[in-house]
Amino acid sequence: MPVSGDARPANVERLLEDIRTQFRKLRRETVRLMEVCGTHTMSIARAGLKSLLPEGLKLVSGPGCPVCVTPTGTIDAACELARRDDVVITTFGDMMRVPGSRTTLEGVKAAGADVRVVYSPLKSMEIAAATPGRTVVFLGVGFETTAPAIARLIQAAAQAGTANMAVLPANKLIPPALRVIASDPELRVDGFLLPGHVSVIIGAEPYRFLADEFRRPSVITGFEPEDVLEATAMILEQMLLGNAEVQNQYKRVVHPEGNPEARRRLDEVFRTADASWRGFGVIPGSGLVVRDAFARWDAVRRFDIRIAPEEPETGCLCGDVLKGKVNPRDCPLFGTRCTPASAVGPCMVSSEGACAASFRFEQ
Amino acid sequence: MCLAVPARIIELDGARATVEVPGNRFSADVSLVPAVKLGDYVLVHAGFAIERYRPEDAEEILRLHEDMENAG
Repeated sequence: MPVSGDARPANVERLLEDIRTQFRKLRRETVRLMEVCGTHTMSIARAGLKSLLPEGLKLVSGPGCPVCVTPTGTIDAACELARRDDVVITTFGDMMRVPGSRTTLEGVKAAGADVRVVYSPLKSMEIAAATPGRTVVFLGVGFETTAPAIARLIQAAAQAGTANMAVLPANKLIPPALRVIASDPELRVDGFLLPGHVSVIIGAEPYRFLADEFRRPSVITGFEPEDVLEATAMILEQMLLGNAEVQNQYKRVVHPEGNPEARRRLDEVFRTADASWRGFGVIPGSGLVVRDAFARWDAVRRFDIRIAPEEPETGCLCGDVLKGKVNPRDCPLFGTRCTPASAVGPCMVSSEGACAASFRFEQ
Repeated sequence: MCLAVPARIIELDGARATVEVPGNRFSADVSLVPAVKLGDYVLVHAGFAIERYRPEDAEEILRLHEDMENAG
């Protein structure tokens, strides 16, 4: 795997000068790069990077906001579980205000349900010990970065023999979604800024198809503004040379082989399965389900949950925003019916959503 | 949601660690990074250390921490 790049973020001005020079040499009217990760979207918006880049060099947001791609049916299932007297729901704070088809977890909590925000999935174990007679169900969202922590929660429950603990798994995997995006003939993305912390776990190899099959340059990218600029320059450099490789800009913590121990834990507990993404529909092999050996801690089996596949029609363009097809401001609901205080779509709910980032930072 | 912070291990007891970022200490599980030692810098996400920094990158982490402090 060819890997190059300076691990130490360099000076912003010098990087911008490099980018301007490379962009001129490319002699292209527009170049569109996708920042796959929602944490990048936030970092780019906060630093105002889009306004510093040459006219014609566009950064478009991708599907990398786990909250945004969680299907309505999963939120509905969690809300329904939360209404039971014998269930406590735990989840990350970002999930509280995500709209299901009728309400949110925040809404059912206000109506008396026991829904608790945790920073670490493991906190669910303490809550389970303190609430005997009720089952604690952790709503497990997140990409490869987060999924190993959720695998460890299930292993911890199994080791301790904790019967009143279960996970409602809604984790998603990034490479299958990138395959859908790269395969879309309507989508014009010239290169990918790959998610740094997903890559901490999976390494560089799972992205190789972007280069080999789709001839798209891509760079694993850190989260400081300098990191994003350096990775942008690295993609432009590949384009100038006519190369398509997976490079690693975020070497200070991403190893080419990722974190094998985290992947081993993940693989012990979960297997991959098809999964539904809000805005995309079903993506083959992009989700995780609990293996039979840990079935006791799988909320889907314990509560016989069936998740409705249909997405309600709201006029929200979140799906096209997540694919980089339209900008947040192209949506007719943006800033009118849909604002961070009263969001219709998940891209406006999550602070990492492309719509919320645009609303907050790009007025 | 993939936010993660570099932190230094200041206490270690099996898989349980106390880690420190400037101005804050919290607990983290280190079972996903088996080789860690007291004093190592790790990347922490959702209560778990998900990677260990190479010692030679510690200087870089300190610089980032200084930036974080300066940013308030």
